[in-house]
Amino acid sequence: MNNQLNVSLSPHIHGRETTEKLMFGVVIALLPALVASIIFFGAGAIITTATAVISCIVFEYLIQKFILCKPISITDGSALVTGLLLALNLPSNIPAYMVIIGSLIAIGVAKMTFGGLGNNPFNPALVGRVFLLISFPSQMTTWPVPAGFATGYADAVTGATPLAVIKEGVKNGESVSELMQAIPSTVELLLGKLGGSIGEVSALALLIGFIYLLYKKIITWHIPVSVIGSLALFTSILWVFNPDIYAGPAFHILSGGVLLGAIFMATDYVTSPMNSKAMILYGCGIGLLTAIIRIWGAYPEGVSFAILIMNAFVPLMNAYIKPKRFGEEIKNG
Amino acid sequence: MMIRYKTSNTFPKGGIHPPEYKLTQNVPIKPLPIPKSVMIPISQHIGAVAAPVVAKGDYVKTGQLIASANGFVSSNIHSSVSGIVSKIDTIIDASGYRQNAIFIDVQGDEWVDSIDRSADVISKIELAPEQIIEKCKESGIVGLGGATFPSHVKLAVPKDKKCNTIIINGVECEPYLTSDHRLMLEKGEEILIGIAILMKALDVEKAMVGIESNKPDAVEHLKELAKRFPGISIHSLTVKYPQGAEKQLIKTLTGREVPSGKLPIDVNAVVHNVATAYAVYEAVQKNKPLIERVVTVTGKSLPAPGNYLVRIGSPVSSLIEAAGGLPDDTGKIVSGGPMMGKALQNTGVPASKGMSGIVLFRASESTRVEKIACIRCAKCVTACPMNLEPHLLATLSMKAMFERAEDEKVTDCIECGSCSYTCPAGRPSLDYIRLGKSTVMKMIRERNIK
Amino acid sequence: MSSTIIVTIISLSLLAAVSAVILYFVAQKFHVNEDPRIDDVQAALPAANCGGCGFAGCRNFAEALVAAETFDGLNCPVGGSEVMKLIAGMLGKAADETEPLTAVLLCNGTPEFRPRTTRYDGVESCRIQHNLYIGETNCSYGCLGNGDCVKACKFGAIKIDNSTKLPVIDDSKCVACGACVKSCPRNLIELRKKEKKDRKIYVACSNCDKGAIAIKACKAACIACSKCLKVCEFGAITIEKNLAHIDAKKCKLCRKCVAECSTKSILEFNFPPRKPKVETESITING
Repeated sequence: MNNQLNVSLSPHIHGRETTEKLMFGVVIALLPALVASIIFFGAGAIITTATAVISCIVFEYLIQKFILCKPISITDGSALVTGLLLALNLPSNIPAYMVIIGSLIAIGVAKMTFGGLGNNPFNPALVGRVFLLISFPSQMTTWPVPAGFATGYADAVTGATPLAVIKEGVKNGESVSELMQAIPSTVELLLGKLGGSIGEVSALALLIGFIYLLYKKIITWHIPVSVIGSLALFTSILWVFNPDIYAGPAFHILSGGVLLGAIFMATDYVTSPMNSKAMILYGCGIGLLTAIIRIWGAYPEGVSFAILIMNAFVPLMNAYIKPKRFGEEIKNG
Repeated sequence: MMIRYKTSNTFPKGGIHPPEYKLTQNVPIKPLPIPKSVMIPISQHIGAVAAPVVAKGDYVKTGQLIASANGFVSSNIHSSVSGIVSKIDTIIDASGYRQNAIFIDVQGDEWVDSIDRSADVISKIELAPEQIIEKCKESGIVGLGGATFPSHVKLAVPKDKKCNTIIINGVECEPYLTSDHRLMLEKGEEILIGIAILMKALDVEKAMVGIESNKPDAVEHLKELAKRFPGISIHSLTVKYPQGAEKQLIKTLTGREVPSGKLPIDVNAVVHNVATAYAVYEAVQKNKPLIERVVTVTGKSLPAPGNYLVRIGSPVSSLIEAAGGLPDDTGKIVSGGPMMGKALQNTGVPASKGMSGIVLFRASESTRVEKIACIRCAKCVTACPMNLEPHLLATLSMKAMFERAEDEKVTDCIECGSCSYTCPAGRPSLDYIRLGKSTVMKMIRERNIK
Repeated sequence: MSSTIIVTIISLSLLAAVSAVILYFVAQKFHVNEDPRIDDVQAALPAANCGGCGFAGCRNFAEALVAAETFDGLNCPVGGSEVMKLIAGMLGKAADETEPLTAVLLCNGTPEFRPRTTRYDGVESCRIQHNLYIGETNCSYGCLGNGDCVKACKFGAIKIDNSTKLPVIDDSKCVACGACVKSCPRNLIELRKKEKKDRKIYVACSNCDKGAIAIKACKAACIACSKCLKVCEFGAITIEKNLAHIDAKKCKLCRKCVAECSTKSILEFNFPPRKPKVETESITING
């Protein structure tokens, strides 16, 4: 035999999973939501999504090539996912230059300054979004009303989101039950007839994506279920306490970005905890903070802030919440 | 919460499902032709190296003692062939390093007279418990699952501890390997007698045999036979790697969890492999020392993969020859299973007691995937059967933070490889964890000396 | 309007004053009495924090120096005698004269001498590879070439030569801190006495196998033929475990052993070229 044998430590076989496959799995899971948004928002959704995805990938390439001088890793799909998630968190009629600025912040500031994939403490897409929200508050809070596929990019009719309707109404002393008349019904919320960012339009499409992610074992149930569960629990308590000024749990879950956040943003591998106990705590934190920001905070929507705040606690959770190790506690049957 | 996991018959946390590739499960065991010369390493077990008791030029018979145990945790080595000792020299063996080995040029096949070579199955156990343990020690029996821990040490339970269950490992959770599977099918009765011998030696009433459900024929066969053996129960287990790991198997079968840093005997259990039970049967009933074992020779590129009864010391090349010859594009040869086995450096390595299989990989499937940045997906945490955090242990070892690695229980790692297997970023976490584990073990030993 | 400003100024000033008082008492309570000389000594040390002295860093070494009765066994390899004398003067003690040392690699197993037999497919760490197996060649003592020493060296004195696959030590940068010695799992790096003009003669092999096995694995291996032992007039050469070793303290750099060595495992560096009448040429690598 003339060829030299390879020698390495065990294991000598490797599973079929790769980072690329995981990332593209997320992209596939996002497709229903993307399709739904195109149906509801028309050209604006396509333009915004394409701008965000392309600019994220280009920024990643440029930064790796010219600033970090590291090998180019845009093929791993992480920039694609970041771009897609950023777009899904934006209104469909936002000017393209803002999307590009958001992408630059997401990739350049939130991801690459920390060393690229795997090292960023905060979810890049959310950092981009929040940066835009703070910098361009008016554009970021005038949401186009879903008017169908034929809607043009610039001529979309804008209106308030259900959350904003409730928030403003309660502030003006109206009761929730009256306000509920002004906003879409729960079924409509589920199917996607609410004003809002591109991705949060159809709860059903997001849930299809969730099932796909679970089926492919890309994420576990812990984070989404604990986010939604804690939000539902907290808002139910308030609702039972005083239904006049607090909206019910179904409304809170289906309106706004809770589902998008819980399923796709909070579960981001890099910025979420690494064991199931910590994941549940993290999810509950997000749910609670979302409810608090929505009900008492200045903004009508709080998912992005809640996730970013909990991102900051992840290193602490990883350091102090440990899985119960095998054989740690003696229990003999 | 005290929820006993009974819905599926496996250990509760972690584990992976690698593709099985049990190519040889229907191939009966064939004796491998005796090679022209054998090289018998004098260290085929955990513990002290055995001391050679033969010299160059001596004539030895098959089954004759050629190296004797050097201390309690050590094992006798017997000649697997008859012939002339040509030299005692170093050879690169499966450990990856040069070890002393006894080279024997084969002449005929003359066995030591006291060995019963008939095919009769003797089920009556005549020896007393102490005699059984002594017999295992004399016959050089070691754990044949791969760890090669001398069996008589496991049988000699310390006075302050008591064993009440023998666990017999017929799981064979490693992909590719089928040697235990075939042995259970073909030597089922002998194995059960071997288990009865072990039960007598340890004075226990209960033995549990765990077999994964991907071997239904073996489960049925042993269940049928076990009706005649009181106290022995056969359990079909849900397939999951690493079910065959000692601690995981005890958890699966009895629900007991071996505490961190303790041994199975601390939860009143002793674990033996089915192949060890068979070797015990042969030693006690047939007076035959451990000079041959069943080795699965397999690989997707091999023309005729099979299970062979191999004399210890036969070169791996002779095994591959019997299975159809070495394919040209072979990139890696692994001794043992693909998850925990050791890669061999050449085909001149001799078969040893711990070699349960030879797995060949094509060049294309033998290299590791490229390693990229950890994305903290926590799949290694989910896969770890010991519930450790492999990503953290690997990082700590890489950065030489061994004190912290010790706090994170790096020493609990069973080196099953689930973390490296499952990592989507292709990170070889276990390589680093092994370094951390060995360094921490050394630190602990040094501390204990002080 | 002006009242707001005044209130702000007063309240902030009060806050500052209260904080200052608290800080003062805290500082008093937690004050640690430290020998001021420690700071001086630390300032004199090279601040490399290499650990070559056996302490965790320069600060710890400075503390040890101040506390020590005598300087026995305390030496800063980076600063050498000069720094030690300076510190001794500061503390009113005597420093021993120490010889400057330099690191050498006791292996010359280049791919040319030591054919590769397997391909290591794992992480780039000598220690991990050493724990796994003999290495890519058949020599179980030789350099693995994954560069653990390169990573250990804080002075950038070691780099891997791409053609020889062996680490090369830059004498001008080496401070003999010993970090590489500790990092090498095969103990291939030795600290030897530094001679003038960085001249060195040493046995560049660590193979303890019998000659026949050693030479099979590597053509440049020491086979313990003891020719060098016979030719050495100063008794500097010893043979132990099938391996020759030249004692740097006794060696007078006569170079006779270099010419005599049949496997060319004794290397010489930084010597002027020999006169042409000497038949055997010596191997010089970075000379």
